[in-house]
Amino acid sequence: MKIIVDQDKCVASGQCVTAAVDVFDQRDEDGIVVLLNDNPPEDLAADVHQAAAVCPALAIVVED
Amino acid sequence: MTTPVYPMARAEGCPFDPPPKLRELQDEAPLVKVQVFDKTAWLVTRYADQRKLLADPRLSADVTAPGHPSQTAMAPQSGEGVGIGFILMDDPEHARLRRMVTAPFMIKRVEAMRPAVQKIVDGLIDDLLAGPKPVDLMEAFALPVPSLVICELLGVPYADHDFFQVNSKQLISLTATPEERGQAHGNLGAYLYNLVGEKLENPGGDLLSGLTERVKAGQLTKQDAAGMGVLLLLAGHETTANMIALGTLALLEHPSQLAVLQDTDDPKVVAGAVEELLRYLNITHNGRRRAVLEDIEFDGQLIKAGEGLIFPNDIGNRDPSAFPDPDTLDLHRDARHHVAFGFGVHQCLGQPLARMELQVVYSTLYRRIPTLRRAAELAEIPFKHDGSVYGVHSLPVTW
Repeated sequence: MKIIVDQDKCVASGQCVTAAVDVFDQRDEDGIVVLLNDNPPEDLAADVHQAAAVCPALAIVVED
Repeated sequence: MTTPVYPMARAEGCPFDPPPKLRELQDEAPLVKVQVFDKTAWLVTRYADQRKLLADPRLSADVTAPGHPSQTAMAPQSGEGVGIGFILMDDPEHARLRRMVTAPFMIKRVEAMRPAVQKIVDGLIDDLLAGPKPVDLMEAFALPVPSLVICELLGVPYADHDFFQVNSKQLISLTATPEERGQAHGNLGAYLYNLVGEKLENPGGDLLSGLTERVKAGQLTKQDAAGMGVLLLLAGHETTANMIALGTLALLEHPSQLAVLQDTDDPKVVAGAVEELLRYLNITHNGRRRAVLEDIEFDGQLIKAGEGLIFPNDIGNRDPSAFPDPDTLDLHRDARHHVAFGFGVHQCLGQPLARMELQVVYSTLYRRIPTLRRAAELAEIPFKHDGSVYGVHSLPVTW
């Protein structure tokens, strides 16, 4: 699994953090997405896909 | 065939369901021409299409863009000044302004507020239990919760909470005259302007103090910072209050679902219940609205520049292709992909705070008052059919 985030597109809704807290974080100054792990273990795959699906800005791409 | 007029009426006796005409149109076609005041616009009826188009940068949220199917029922004082205007702007200016107020709504910052929100909710329930019954839950609980939480968020000193609550209630009152609402708006704007001045001198950890950094850097005026405070109040007060009151009424009408919340102390179950109630109730029931900036080829249909689009999230969230058995309230379903907060770059900024408040309320109120029940017939409860935010005007309860 390979995750790519686009910080320019991100609108800081925080939904990725709620979906997969071990993979996504938010930067302190404005809540924009920070990727903690671009290749997380398989057992987090469902959460990561959920994060990408609920991102309102389509700022998360997951390549399996 | 005549062009249907939007918005449509709900069915008698079905206060939690979208208008039946919307379901009919959803079944018929993905795009339907509707009449909105003196204009026509395209209604995007299906869930997947709503998400796809709301994320399309060829659409504009600017109400002055040609073809924008604007909603005259909007808060009459909105649209003035930078602070309140970014929800009606497009990127990149929208993104620049929005990012100035996103930090306080970060998941970790919102989680840090949870104990304070729990205290507010517990305090109001203490007052309910000590007071007379029946009582109007809207007035005594649902409206004060978000008002006090916004005080906490903005850093309004405790001594000013009453002033803040009285004026914020007046600001969203449907029975107040436009002059009274305008006066409340002015009072709050002036109050927040002064508070920004105080925070410039003595900053704390609150949202307004954070904005004073931008004021010092010359990115915002004091007036803009105060305006953003008013916007957050407008956006977060009535919406949350209605989710509390309408959500409570829906749960009282679905006792097996109420029991789910009464019987659990699992935060995941509570969080899932909040998502399902957001999906099911759709208190923003007049649709998201956009103007088309460039021609869009969609599903064999040309949507032309200068036309308007309306996204009725209420029927989107009841689309059976996204939510099986969509008209059933099922707190155990996975509803996290709902569009109750909208979709695209304008999706609700305050959603993490709204979720947390609702999680605290729904996990506390019905456990502390397990015999809570309606103190009026359902048919006597006044619903806000005409409001831009759906809900109840009042909800008499007893226990």
